[in-house]
Amino acid sequence: MSEVYKKPASELAHMVQNKEISSVELTKLFLDRSEKLNPLTNSYLQITRESALEQAENADRMIASGEAPSALTGVPIAVKDNLTTTDAITTAGSKILENYLPQYDSTVVSKLRAAGMPILGKTNLDEFAMGSSTEFSAYGPSKNPWDLERIPGGSGGGSSSAVSGFLAPIAIGSDTGGSIRFPAAVTGSVGAKPTYGAVSRYGLIALASSLDQVGPVTNDVTDAAMLQDVIAGHDPMDSTSLTESLGQMAEFAKNNDVKGLRIGVIKQLASDGFHPGIKARFDESIQLLTDAGAQIVEVDCPSFEYAVSAYYLILPAEASSNLARFDSVRFGKRVLPEGSPTIERVMAATREAGFGPEVKRRIILGTYALSSGYYDAYYGSAQKVRTLIQRDFEKAFAAADVLISPTAPTTAFKFGEKLDDPLAMYLNDIATIPANLAGIPGISVPNGLAENDMPSGLQILAPAMKDGLMYSAAAGIEKLHNDQWGKRMIDFAPELGVN
Amino acid sequence: MSEITPENVRHLASLARILVTDEEVEKLAKELDVIVESVAQVKSAVSEDTPATSHPIPMANVYREDEVKPSLSQQQALSNAPDQAEGKFKVNAILDEE
Amino acid sequence: MAKAELMDFDKAIEKYEVVIGLEVHVELNTNTKMFCGCANVFGNEPNTNVCPVCLGLPGALPVVNGKAVESSIAIGLALNCSIAADGRFARKNYFYPDLSKNFQTSQYDEPIAYEGDLDVPVASGKVFTVGIERAHMEEDAGKLTHVGGAGRIQGAEHSLVDFNRAGVPLVEIVTKPIYGAEAEAPELASAYVRQIREIVRAMDVSDARMERGNVRCDANVSLRPRGQEKLGTRTETKNVNSLRSVENAVRYEIQRQAHILESGGSITQETRHWHEDKKYTSAGRPKSDADDYRYFPEPDLVPVQPSDELIEKIRSLLPENPASRRVRLQSEWGMGDLEFRDIVNSDLLDEVDQTVSLGASPQAAKKWWTGEIARIANVEGKEFTELEITPKDVAELEEMIQSGKLNDRLAREALAGVIAGEGNVSEVMASRGLEVVSDDGALTAAVDKALAEQPDVLEKIKAGKEQAAGAIIGAVMKEMRGQADAARVRELILERAKA
Ligand SMILES: [Mg+2]
Ligand SMILES: [Zn+2]
Repeated sequence: MSEVYKKPASELAHMVQNKEISSVELTKLFLDRSEKLNPLTNSYLQITRESALEQAENADRMIASGEAPSALTGVPIAVKDNLTTTDAITTAGSKILENYLPQYDSTVVSKLRAAGMPILGKTNLDEFAMGSSTEFSAYGPSKNPWDLERIPGGSGGGSSSAVSGFLAPIAIGSDTGGSIRFPAAVTGSVGAKPTYGAVSRYGLIALASSLDQVGPVTNDVTDAAMLQDVIAGHDPMDSTSLTESLGQMAEFAKNNDVKGLRIGVIKQLASDGFHPGIKARFDESIQLLTDAGAQIVEVDCPSFEYAVSAYYLILPAEASSNLARFDSVRFGKRVLPEGSPTIERVMAATREAGFGPEVKRRIILGTYALSSGYYDAYYGSAQKVRTLIQRDFEKAFAAADVLISPTAPTTAFKFGEKLDDPLAMYLNDIATIPANLAGIPGISVPNGLAENDMPSGLQILAPAMKDGLMYSAAAGIEKLHNDQWGKRMIDFAPELGVN
Repeated sequence: MSEITPENVRHLASLARILVTDEEVEKLAKELDVIVESVAQVKSAVSEDTPATSHPIPMANVYREDEVKPSLSQQQALSNAPDQAEGKFKVNAILDEE
Repeated sequence: MAKAELMDFDKAIEKYEVVIGLEVHVELNTNTKMFCGCANVFGNEPNTNVCPVCLGLPGALPVVNGKAVESSIAIGLALNCSIAADGRFARKNYFYPDLSKNFQTSQYDEPIAYEGDLDVPVASGKVFTVGIERAHMEEDAGKLTHVGGAGRIQGAEHSLVDFNRAGVPLVEIVTKPIYGAEAEAPELASAYVRQIREIVRAMDVSDARMERGNVRCDANVSLRPRGQEKLGTRTETKNVNSLRSVENAVRYEIQRQAHILESGGSITQETRHWHEDKKYTSAGRPKSDADDYRYFPEPDLVPVQPSDELIEKIRSLLPENPASRRVRLQSEWGMGDLEFRDIVNSDLLDEVDQTVSLGASPQAAKKWWTGEIARIANVEGKEFTELEITPKDVAELEEMIQSGKLNDRLAREALAGVIAGEGNVSEVMASRGLEVVSDDGALTAAVDKALAEQPDVLEKIKAGKEQAAGAIIGAVMKEMRGQADAARVRELILERAKA
């Protein structure tokens, strides 16, 4: 029986709710561990011990009174720092929000509070979630617990390194083009992006409004399903929030039989550009599924070759507008240039000093994509590509129940490797972006070790609103792997902080 | 031929209210030119009659009842203000555009 | 900046064809703002009707006010517009400190209403059909006050922002170019605005108080030499905020532009600002490529697709259109054209109508509103809407006169009291003791006293010279400080004389 901190959240919840351990004890355990190990991993920008313990006491009271409001009541959680919290500075990884204490809680955070899940702290991310490595965080990169020389993925590298390093049993991420799934893949953990609109975006500091979605970062599929049950649901504060319920994900995750499941392999995401090790693990998984009675079909998604391009027009365009509010008038950093500057010059100087290079790059790219004379060619065409990608998915899902691909073309790369090559960095998202463009759910599950003995991930995509089907398939593949490996892949991870 | 000139970058930066040094302008122009050249392929992917998708999950007519909800207090509203006076947000003089 | 040189108006009209275009912003009188639940009220403490949404705080999201959409449809229908089956909001991106998100949520290529027209009569009796290009929904900005530099933006030391008005629902109504108004162009402009105001007030979708900026007008004016095809360069005079100003500003621009063209100069396309105090326009910002608003569909909002049922329901609730209403009222009141237009032009139709419907005679209602009340408004230099007087008060006043409780002089005093805010008519009568005395006891006493003092007059009356009673009546009225019913006094005198 492994150490308590390595147990899945589902078991920890069970222990707390059966009073084998109090939420306060459990929360302390993770706070202590986080305070000890965060200097190594830089997973957290902020560890909120006091408020976490208050919330834990509150959770224990809920449990004592016999009314645990959720299946995860009492289990502490880490939250990505682009979700607003009234009791903790919220920076979105940017200098421009250095000391910003929000006036309201994001809906997701309110739901965590209501569920009695103490918040351990706010996790690191690339500035405004723009990046794939956390190297664009204004507060230094997070480290991959499997190899501290390597990136934990991004933008949600703080949450992925916290969960895979057991600094938190479970965490919240946000996924605009793969920011939950890519970090999960390269840290051997599980990350799910629900259907667009399944989880409220109210209080999520917007990157690209039509692509952003909040989701779970965990060490197994059941935990992810349980966490989605906590944070999902209609929110009248978000006009794009789904009105109908998608059902109980935890229930779907119990059905883990892949027999007869029609699994589509996306031709465009199974060939060149993917490292040999990644490809090898992927082919082995296909064999594993076939042996288990799944039905493998190849599906053709020709428009995917334009996905990255469309994405890197739509995202910067929306971001350039979403980030305009950071102007030093109502909140945030204000930089005063020499002399007696006008507010226009104050704004420009503030945004120059407050934004990092990648953010500026994307704001200017987005401004270009929207500017008169270019709109139709760039933003307009990108929106049309979106339609083509949705059509590809429709066809594919007519032939298959779920689709699979490697989550990313590579394993975790070394810090600095792609820092000066934006385009190379952008290509990490090649397999994850289509789901965001189409609004469909996607999840990454561990898929064995590849290059440099680093984790690789398998992505499972399901039709919009069919998140339950995605969790069933993911649970099925996870079971096949765990049976084969004899334990979770995360249990192969090196022990942190040992010499 | 390069799509993004330093002049473009200067104009775009002013539209986006970002101060840029000459070095930054040169660097950004080069980087963006590469990116734009690559993403420009979307043009060839679509045709006139391809409908645009601006929202991944089609929805319409999402409205709120016209009922007053509590607002922030003035103190809450100003709690993050870099500068304030008389219950208002204080800003430097505005470039005279009149 | 002083007044420019002007060409004589008639000469200008003789040489040039005037083309005008009007953009009217109507502030809706919904309970809440366009995209959040903050109260839509005028004159509260600064920044007390604000929330994360209308303050543009990170992570906040808009949700459309359904009532505002219905009001906008109603306005569109009243202007004989088509209603878009699929309308959308768009972001208009530009930086300004009173714009909390640094984009205005508006509508661009899919306005809610388009292609309408409105018949606008002018004093000459001519009726112009003004083409309506579009009416679209948008949000208002916050309010700036400039400190130092005499409260003007020029030379101010700093500025202060109050966001209470930020997000208040606006409908912007844009006309097509209006040709052929010739010398009547200035009058047509104000008549058009007046009629828009009548319409929205009649529909009760706006308080329509220009002095509060509920209705604001931007006036486009261009001239072209007679016979020239090509339109001249236009100027846009901003925020002309009273009917008077609209007329004056258009007239001024015609004369100013005519002088420039005449002296071989050319018009710069620019926004101009009307100064009502000194009656001139000053140059604003010239149009430039800085006006690249980078419109794109608002990704945080979903399309507005009003059903035919809804549209027809709203249509069925529309009040009578002002033009036919005027025809009806004129005949109901049996007034001649001049008499009736006197009411319309002094902008008192609603007040007179309501007063009549509360029981006063049309003549009396007209008399009070266009006479004494207009006079007082004039003296106090106010719009009559700013005076503390309602149709109900005027009707009550008239009722008192009919029942002999007030005579004309007392009525004026009572009116003054009401306008001075001393309460309604009967309250003022009570507090100022303004009641005609019809109590015979008091009157008889006064009559006897007067007769005793002028025995000679008594003799004359006895001798049949009844007209001599006038002297006694005068004395009695003097004694009663005017508060006597003269007719009754006469009766009493004659009775006494016969006795
Ligand atoms: Mg407008
Ligand atoms: Zn608000």
